[in-house]
Amino acid sequence: MLILKKFLRDIPAVLGLLIISVVCLIAAFAPLIVADADAVYFGNIIDRLKPPSAEFWFGTDNLGRDVFARVVMGTRGALLVALTVVTLAIVIGVPAGLYAGYTNGWGSEIIMRVTDVFLAVPQLILALAIAQLMGRGLESAMAALALTYWPFFCRTVYGEVRRVRNALFVEALQGLGASTSRILFVHVLPNVASPIIVRATIGMGFTILTTAVLGFLGIGAAPPSPDWGLAIAESREYLPESWWAVTFPGLAILITVLGFNLFGDGLRDLVDPRLRRSR
Amino acid sequence: MSGNDAALLEIEDLVTEFGGAKAFLGKPQRIVRAVDGVSLQLKPGQALGLVGESGCGKTTIAKTALGLVREKSGTMRLDGRVVSGLAPKEARRARATVQYVHQDPGAALDPWWSIGHALDETLRIHGISDKGERTTRIDEMLRAVGLDATFRTRYPHELSGGQQRRVGLARILVLRPRIVILDEPTSGLDLSVQATVLGVIDELRQRFGLTYLFVSHDLSVVERMCEEVAIMYLGRIVEIGPTKEIFARPQHPYTRALLAAAPRLEPGSLNDTPALPGDPPSPTNLVSGCTFRPRCAFAAPKCAEARPPLRSVGERHSAACVRLEETGADTPA
Repeated sequence: MLILKKFLRDIPAVLGLLIISVVCLIAAFAPLIVADADAVYFGNIIDRLKPPSAEFWFGTDNLGRDVFARVVMGTRGALLVALTVVTLAIVIGVPAGLYAGYTNGWGSEIIMRVTDVFLAVPQLILALAIAQLMGRGLESAMAALALTYWPFFCRTVYGEVRRVRNALFVEALQGLGASTSRILFVHVLPNVASPIIVRATIGMGFTILTTAVLGFLGIGAAPPSPDWGLAIAESREYLPESWWAVTFPGLAILITVLGFNLFGDGLRDLVDPRLRRSR
Repeated sequence: MSGNDAALLEIEDLVTEFGGAKAFLGKPQRIVRAVDGVSLQLKPGQALGLVGESGCGKTTIAKTALGLVREKSGTMRLDGRVVSGLAPKEARRARATVQYVHQDPGAALDPWWSIGHALDETLRIHGISDKGERTTRIDEMLRAVGLDATFRTRYPHELSGGQQRRVGLARILVLRPRIVILDEPTSGLDLSVQATVLGVIDELRQRFGLTYLFVSHDLSVVERMCEEVAIMYLGRIVEIGPTKEIFARPQHPYTRALLAAAPRLEPGSLNDTPALPGDPPSPTNLVSGCTFRPRCAFAAPKCAEARPPLRSVGERHSAACVRLEETGADTPA
């Protein structure tokens, strides 16, 4: 329970966890919060670009749709996309990193050089190119993000496995005749799990941001989806007069990403005190 | 060096090399001959001490015997059956009756797993699927090493140094090995704990009829525990024989220097100790002839000519030095 106490003393991390919890709750109960589900997709054109009021808390956009309803419903999409992308990246990156870290030779070299190439190109640009190649749509954006995000996990796991591989307990298990898959998945993986969890948490926020950028550039979600990035792109022509249609989706992105980053940083401090940021 | 009773483990002219692998787009690594033509015999129930400076190849011999490191050449016979020249996995399987206790048994346990879990896994790896049998064996062995069953739920970091050694022993003894290789079983323990751990090791040997290969640099421990000693220097055995013989009449200049360097409890005994000059030479860059030559007080031109073979200097006692007669070692008549 010492670890919990230590965590609770880290105020930014607790704040991050709080934000994540609220965002997840909003996503889970979105249909209950937004009484009229139709308001997400259909608006009254007469009500277009209305400023925030008692009726429309966040105002309305250029098609007269309720921005509040769209931001709330957009939470689901954002979390779902981030979760899918991070999960896919873990599924590809972690076994690749385990294998590359544990073995020496051609297989390991090839995996790590491919990883290096991916890491050398900015993820966003690579994802843009891949998503463009695969055609417009949320699926191709997700695939492009997963395909460009796994090298981060691969690199992290690789470094950790290299460290653990020479630990005496691994050698002892080899001496006892344990199989390589047993050593890797039952012993090495739990010992390298904490940096994976930390990276995944920070990666959630990062992916939400990248998805929003893809949406903004018209590569991710297609209209009339309530995607946050797309909403900003659609409403930016009406700046600065109708500031609300851009500001509220933007704030949603900002707060969610901030939450994941604060929580991820706090986790990292718990797991590895040597990396503790100075404050 | 042939005994009358059949040897349980026989190692002949064993050579183990490291390096030589070609890195991706790189130069081949330098070859290091860690073990260079070592022959040993372990008789059932015997304890053989392997003594030498760090880096002399003691641990490599142990790992080669275990099958973790592949031998370059030489033969190994276990109970009369040849177990050398096999692929690593088969070699390990063929040598399942040989087990190894690590120098630091605490670090040899996965920090995430409790002792019981780790011991249980050891048995599962070796194909004992019956849960009841595993539990009985673990409890029995924990008691045999002087721990009680409550240690099953403890984690490695919660144990003291002595308890970790005991767990390290229990961990391999559950597999019912015949030969146990003990790597520095007392290093890092204070003297009283050392004594108890050595007591446990000795008792287990009687109780389970074990044969020990005792790797150590602590001469007093070896003197106490082993019937025979082999002194190693840079991958070669320079002197081998019964412990009493070697401690009473060391022949090789290196053995003599080692024994003289061992701290004694007499006041002023350190003052007249002939210290070994210099560091052990690098095994990547060996000198010609006798490898001990650069540090030997008795080195002569003829030492550079050829590698000295082991010659008999007494009953089952041999040393590898060409100048034994001239160095004043009291050779028996």
